[in-house]
Amino acid sequence: MMQRKGPPITEAWRGITFTRRTLLVGGAQMVVGGALAARMAYISIIDNDRYVLQSESNRVNLTLIPPRRGWIVDRKGKALANNRVSLRIDVIPDRLQKKDLVLGQLRTLLRLDGDAMERINRDIKQASGFQPVVIKEDLSEADYASVLVRLPDLPGVAPQRGFARNYPTGAAVGHLIGYVGTPNAEEYKEAKDPLYITPGFKIGKDGLEKYFQPMLQGKPGAQRVEVTARGKVVRELSSQPDIQGKTVHLTIDADLQEFTARRMGRESGAAIVIDCLTGDILAFVSMPSFDPNSFSDGISTNEYAWLREDDHQPLINKATRGLYPPGSTLKPMAAIAAVEHGVDPSERHTCIGGYRLGNRFFRCLGVHGSIDMKTAIMKSCNSYFYWLADRLGYDAIAPTARLLGLGEEYQLAGSNQRYGTIPDSAWKMRKYDQRWTASDSLNAVIGQGYVLANPLQLAVMTARMASGRSLYPRLINRKFDNNPLPLRPEALEIARAGMDAVVNGAGTAVRSRLPLDGITMGGKTGTAQVRGLASGSRGQSGAWKYRDHGLFVCFAPVENPRYAASVVIEHGMGGSRAAAPVAKDIFTFLYDREKAMAELERLESGWGGTIKERMDRDYAAWKAAASGAAQSDESAKDGEDSDA
Amino acid sequence: MIPVPPAIQRIPWKLIALLTAITGFSVLVLYSVAGGSWSPWAGQQALRFTIFLSMALVIGRFSLKLFEDFSYLGYLGVAVLLVAVEALGFVGGGSQRWLNLGFMTLQPSELMKVAIVLALARFYAQLPPGETRNWTALWPALILIGIPAGLVMLQPDLGTALAICASGVVVMFAAGLPFWWFGSAAVAGAAALPLLFSMLHDYQQRRVLIFLDPESDPLGAGYHISQSKIAIGSGGLTGKGFLNGSQSHLDYLPEGHTDFIFATMAEEWGLIGGFALLFGFFLLLRWSTRVALNARTRFGQLTAAGLTMTIFFYIAINLMMVMGLAPVVGIPLPLFSHGGSSMLTIMICIGVILAIENDSKTGTRRFY
Repeated sequence: MMQRKGPPITEAWRGITFTRRTLLVGGAQMVVGGALAARMAYISIIDNDRYVLQSESNRVNLTLIPPRRGWIVDRKGKALANNRVSLRIDVIPDRLQKKDLVLGQLRTLLRLDGDAMERINRDIKQASGFQPVVIKEDLSEADYASVLVRLPDLPGVAPQRGFARNYPTGAAVGHLIGYVGTPNAEEYKEAKDPLYITPGFKIGKDGLEKYFQPMLQGKPGAQRVEVTARGKVVRELSSQPDIQGKTVHLTIDADLQEFTARRMGRESGAAIVIDCLTGDILAFVSMPSFDPNSFSDGISTNEYAWLREDDHQPLINKATRGLYPPGSTLKPMAAIAAVEHGVDPSERHTCIGGYRLGNRFFRCLGVHGSIDMKTAIMKSCNSYFYWLADRLGYDAIAPTARLLGLGEEYQLAGSNQRYGTIPDSAWKMRKYDQRWTASDSLNAVIGQGYVLANPLQLAVMTARMASGRSLYPRLINRKFDNNPLPLRPEALEIARAGMDAVVNGAGTAVRSRLPLDGITMGGKTGTAQVRGLASGSRGQSGAWKYRDHGLFVCFAPVENPRYAASVVIEHGMGGSRAAAPVAKDIFTFLYDREKAMAELERLESGWGGTIKERMDRDYAAWKAAASGAAQSDESAKDGEDSDA
Repeated sequence: MIPVPPAIQRIPWKLIALLTAITGFSVLVLYSVAGGSWSPWAGQQALRFTIFLSMALVIGRFSLKLFEDFSYLGYLGVAVLLVAVEALGFVGGGSQRWLNLGFMTLQPSELMKVAIVLALARFYAQLPPGETRNWTALWPALILIGIPAGLVMLQPDLGTALAICASGVVVMFAAGLPFWWFGSAAVAGAAALPLLFSMLHDYQQRRVLIFLDPESDPLGAGYHISQSKIAIGSGGLTGKGFLNGSQSHLDYLPEGHTDFIFATMAEEWGLIGGFALLFGFFLLLRWSTRVALNARTRFGQLTAAGLTMTIFFYIAINLMMVMGLAPVVGIPLPLFSHGGSSMLTIMICIGVILAIENDSKTGTRRFY
């Protein structure tokens, strides 16, 4: 089949062929070698810059250092929220190859309980991408070291040395300051800031922490470290320190805040103290509260459930979100409105134990006889105010109530307010499409019926009556024109005189006179019905949640008012009984700390210790009860498992 | 002038210097990969080189006739070993490639690279010149190549199978088989590529696909190639300096002491180091090619040419692989990569070539 050309095949021919072909192969090898040399030159000279860059980005890992959060301090610079050093163990879910094994090891090493494991598993499920999940914060040096030495066997575990938010007074500032927490996936998506997925970075989740987040956040530092392909840090190359967030100065008096919170004791309620010269809020307390330190550490499911299930509602800020019928605390305000409408304060009305309106009889708490306006405030006589309201109508009183700050939502940093209702005929027509009746006026004038106010509003009302100026409450140094109120001096005078008599005359709160020389307090008690009188019960006994609320508004000193306050004790049964003694001690503290602290310590020994001691004990008891129930569940489940 | 004794003169000093230079460079690189330590690689490599070099020199003193006489027997023995490894599986390490000899693990497939060349050279040396262009010149050779290549493919070791084929084909080519056979085989091979591809294992297929598009899997199998290119490219002209390669020291470059040692070297020594090594290999191949051209017997010619190809194939495929010109197949760089089997193979090759050189120096030429 082949055309044989060329020489015949001999040994010599084979030799020549061999030489030619070997040289050909050798030449081909040279060509390949040359190509390889060219290729290498191309990679290392032409593409050098690109590969140097890639090699550097391999080698160097840039990590953000979460900035230290700015402090939140009180009016004297005392910290309400600061930072402390915290040793922390994180896991990075994406690198967690042997999840069960690693978590099991950590559980043993760090002695994590079921609560913590539950939270960790939940967080790992929710974490987005490389977002680290905190295993445990605030480790002891020993625990931290025990994880550190086992790090090579624990892929995905990242130990961190950082800062944690600290609240020196704990639960006392819970509702005021709010708390911080790890940003969730949604917050990260919204912010699109890599800082939000940096381990240890916390953002404000509630209260002032949330409101001042941009100010408190600070600027992150950066750390360049050399890392191996497996992510192990070899050495630190350079780092740029973080810039701490700005300090937020509050008008709060930290000592007063803490005292007030502690003085609330086991009660549920709120207390506000306002400086009558500036509108500064000195104390802003809602109790019981939560410990914001627990939240910044990542609160456990159990602890959160415990807080949620508490019927005293520690998660609700009662100072701005608790609405109560203000009861008789509105009577001085009604008196001012009456004088403004031409009622002579010395004009007398006879209390016969109630007031007859048509065929209905509105009861008073006693039979006060013939009394004037001041005495009516002092004795908290319903009949007198029924008479005023019947005569003037509530549409004449409501504008004064609003002038004094009731029914108003304030521009207050970090608060989420419910601002209640000051009703009038137009409001009722709008809301219920019904005409205002005289009996509505009678109910409203004694702070019942449609009237609702929050404790902050009551404090502002009192501060305005005491100062005669349109004080605006503030938590930070914010400029408000605190203009004089367009009210007649004698109207304010009669209200203050009546309140003076309530405490220092023969009024409803004489037991709460200040134990101080030369400083007197004026106030007004209030008792707000939780259930209508028709239910038959007077709200002075029975189940806690059906008892009347006790309220007290006050100011001091009477002659030249400096401080105003409101105290609301939920289901405290009466203002004089529950709220006024608290206010008395708060004012005592303002003028004589030692005396007030002595009294507080006496009370606390009766209540079972400080807030933290009581909370810890309550939580432990609750958990024991809950886990007891859970254990019986579990053993039942174990039985099923062994059957299966 | 002291007269140099003939015994000393007979020792191939230049070759020893060249091999020592290449392996010495390798020892330096291995010392650096271990973070500036003789263990676990550099010391062992140096020791192994000493042993194998002595062995190569001893082999080089053997008579070429001996290799010719025992070539079929050697081929048969290695083939049996391959079957044994395949069938009995007295192996270590999970993959059926190795025999544990105590001081090193031996891959019989490595020995086959030498044995196939010897066997084919013997076959063509015996073939009468007139038969060179006939069918009889082809089919025994194809069987000789096909059996070991098939066995090695079963292991599976694509790189070694290709090396066996390449050396075998070069021997056939050098033996003077018709040119167009190779041309048409190349065309047929190209046409059969899809079929061959489908015969590959999944991971081998993936390597080929990723080779065609490394960016498709930057963290998986494409990782090797891209990290290797980063290592070579970031070295630049003069490299990052001895002991300063971050890619290998920080484990970004996988297998920086074996298959990817060239990238490790290039990162620290740069283009200059790379060219130096290429030049070293060039000198080695030039020497062996010259031995082939000057060989006294036809067996010697064909053997030297085939063994040259074996050495070249190692070098070329490995370098193409680390530079991203070929898929990742597990082929080490001769004398440079840490590992006993490949160095043993190369040293046997060199020993045999030395024997051929000695043979052509002593005897008279039979041809021309």
